[in-house]
Amino acid sequence: MTSQQQIITIVILAVITFMTRALPFIVFPAGKPTPKYIQYLGKALPLAVFGMLVVYCLKDVQWLEGSHGIPEILGIAAVVLMHLWRRQLFLSMAVGTAVYMILIRVMV
Amino acid sequence: MSDVARNSFKNALKVAFKLSLPVLTGYWFLGITYGVLAESMGFSYWYPLSMAVFIFSGSAEFLGLGMLAANFNPLAAASMALVVGARHLFYGVSMLDRYKGMGWRKPFLIFWLTDETFAVNYNAREATATEMLLVSFLDYFYWISGGFMGYMFGSLLKFDIHGLEFVVTAMFTAIFMDQFLKEKELRPAWIGIGCTAVSLFVVGSQYFVIPAMIGILLMLTAFRKKLEPSYFEEARK
Repeated sequence: MTSQQQIITIVILAVITFMTRALPFIVFPAGKPTPKYIQYLGKALPLAVFGMLVVYCLKDVQWLEGSHGIPEILGIAAVVLMHLWRRQLFLSMAVGTAVYMILIRVMV
Repeated sequence: MSDVARNSFKNALKVAFKLSLPVLTGYWFLGITYGVLAESMGFSYWYPLSMAVFIFSGSAEFLGLGMLAANFNPLAAASMALVVGARHLFYGVSMLDRYKGMGWRKPFLIFWLTDETFAVNYNAREATATEMLLVSFLDYFYWISGGFMGYMFGSLLKFDIHGLEFVVTAMFTAIFMDQFLKEKELRPAWIGIGCTAVSLFVVGSQYFVIPAMIGILLMLTAFRKKLEPSYFEEARK
């Protein structure tokens, strides 16, 4: 690839990524009333999206090999339990990450 | 800047820094990995740096490194950017309300809208406009500085931080739980988890996001009559 082609590639990636971020704000500008359906999606989507993001993080887990995703599942379970118990974001994250980091070291 | 303005800015920065701490950990870890990879592939620093500055999307940048090393294929670059960027559409729709009336801040809030920034800013219901802007900016700064450190000093890293990247998963899970415990209507959570899990299982890890998004949209649309009242009751309170 020439350096010109490399620059074009980076520009394409940058423009399209920005468009995916900007599109909803362009199609539904703040000045105009947002359609009821989109307002509804704005309320119902976030919880679905957070669920999606948690599953998204598991996309590269090898369920049939190695540690079978046990560190990931137990790490997530630790976050859920800590959050039900104390409801402090940092504490939940720290405990979950610690559980995961310990498990990937002891399970081989 | 007057003393009052300077103080309130300082406070906002403090709040934003606290909110963005998990992102700092995650982005430095991933950013360092990104910088190390770019260096090991033989790129001059300019390539990973300009991607971090102008694209600011981890998944697109990791794939971008591969593309820059391969033959020129603008169509593939465009469709790849669309596939990995599509999830931003959902963040935008979810933030339409929160990012209203942001004035000059809005283009920056939109450009800096990553998975993590969306998660933090959406979950911080009491955050002011300045705080949300600072969270977004700090996240941008973490990502770029992480990449820079990885590129420059990655080979010197001696301590074992393997597994620290799980902090990102932990953050999404904790924020999911936070929202889950706040909301009255919980069915969207099961729809989001279910559609994504099924899509990942059926389509595989490369292209599952868009089918999952379509599934979520279809389900939310199909159940609109059942789900909608709970949100509008909330609005009337």
